[in-house]
Amino acid sequence: MQNLFNYIARKSPIHELTGATKLVCLILWTFATMMTYDTRILIALPIIAFILFGISKIRLSDVKFMLGFTLVFMVLNNILVFLFSPEHGVGLYGTCHQLLPLWGGKYLTAEQLWYHLNLVLKYMSSIPIILLFVCTTQPSEFAASLNKIGVKYSIAYSVSLALRYIPDIQKEYSEISKAQQARGVEMSKKVSLVKRLKAASSILIPMIIMSMDRIETISNAMELRGFGKNKKRTWYMARPFTAKDILSMVFCGLLLVLSIWSNVSRGTRFWSPWM
Amino acid sequence: MKNSAVKSIVAIGIGAALFFVCGRFIAIPCPIPNVTINIQYGVLAFLAAAFGPIVGLLAGLIGHALIDFSWGWGVWWSWVFATAIFGLIVGAFKKLYDVDKGEFGMKQIVRFNVTQLIAHIIAWGIVAPALDILMYAEPASKVFLQGLVAGASNIVTTAIVGTILCIAYAAAKPKKGSLKEEQ
Repeated sequence: MQNLFNYIARKSPIHELTGATKLVCLILWTFATMMTYDTRILIALPIIAFILFGISKIRLSDVKFMLGFTLVFMVLNNILVFLFSPEHGVGLYGTCHQLLPLWGGKYLTAEQLWYHLNLVLKYMSSIPIILLFVCTTQPSEFAASLNKIGVKYSIAYSVSLALRYIPDIQKEYSEISKAQQARGVEMSKKVSLVKRLKAASSILIPMIIMSMDRIETISNAMELRGFGKNKKRTWYMARPFTAKDILSMVFCGLLLVLSIWSNVSRGTRFWSPWM
Repeated sequence: MKNSAVKSIVAIGIGAALFFVCGRFIAIPCPIPNVTINIQYGVLAFLAAAFGPIVGLLAGLIGHALIDFSWGWGVWWSWVFATAIFGLIVGAFKKLYDVDKGEFGMKQIVRFNVTQLIAHIIAWGIVAPALDILMYAEPASKVFLQGLVAGASNIVTTAIVGTILCIAYAAAKPKKGSLKEEQ
């Protein structure tokens, strides 16, 4: 079966960090990239991200598929932004340098190209870190780390249950789907959309009924074992923090502070050479 | 913790897993980029109707976040929150179309569909585009079109898939008062 969450077990300093550290770093990092449009920071972040990628011993060939997918997403998003508002950058940066005439009296502006460069840089700074997180964190450790950063343990346990049962439900889906296809249920492009949706429902009904039974069984089993009796619980996959963990979190925290400070000190999220 | 609390936790987990599998493997492509016709909203609407607002909110949140994660593009939070809001709203009016009681006739079908229609409009017409503009500084016309297309297709799929699931589940449940004491 396809390995969905793409955990790749290797020996590297990044793998050795605890799941909670990586989750905190991921959150801090994505917020740092999300907050700012300061191009100077957005150039530095991808460079650091690629260095970290090198340290993690995850090779580009390992994440080829995911990376390709994300790049297509990025390009489409850029094209869509451009088509819908070719002068969006002018509004954001407040200056206007016309380069080429476009349709409907609009112009291709240097600001628009600058805005697109920033969008691409934003993707470049967050994608490697997300891939790094997905590839170096074991799914079961992920649930434990959610609890560690303050998410209620019942919710962390729900995430853990979801991760545990995704492969089971996936298998169930393919079995039911084959059984229904053998009975002549058509889901391909040959039939109309409404028919396809109805066909999908005929697979979903047995799946839902089985899942409802499963919910009953699991909750009874948990009940019998006294789940939720205490305010806290321990996790098999949880590990204590080391100096390396604290150092990484401080580093990512500083990045976020830098990103916020750059916004606050200049009074705007945006930065361009013309400002 | 009462029995229902443990059951909700399990329902959130299994619901998120169902949402994930449906969203990841049964996606039907459509012409607008980054948007697929998704049947998982029918499943989420059903789960919210059966288990209530908290399960709807969290199953949607976890399920959608996991889908985004598994694609590797990072979590597009604005849309994840929109999904969660949709689950919350449908679940909040659970009493109007109690599928648990084993009855899902014309009256309940209409109530269920009106609620899901309004919930989708709020989620994709207001929450998702507003958060997109706020968090990602994208042009308004683009995010509203994306929201419109996603919302419209989700309304259709929820109307078909969600209604069929509710009818099937209610039919499998014993009706209230279906057992009589022997004379």
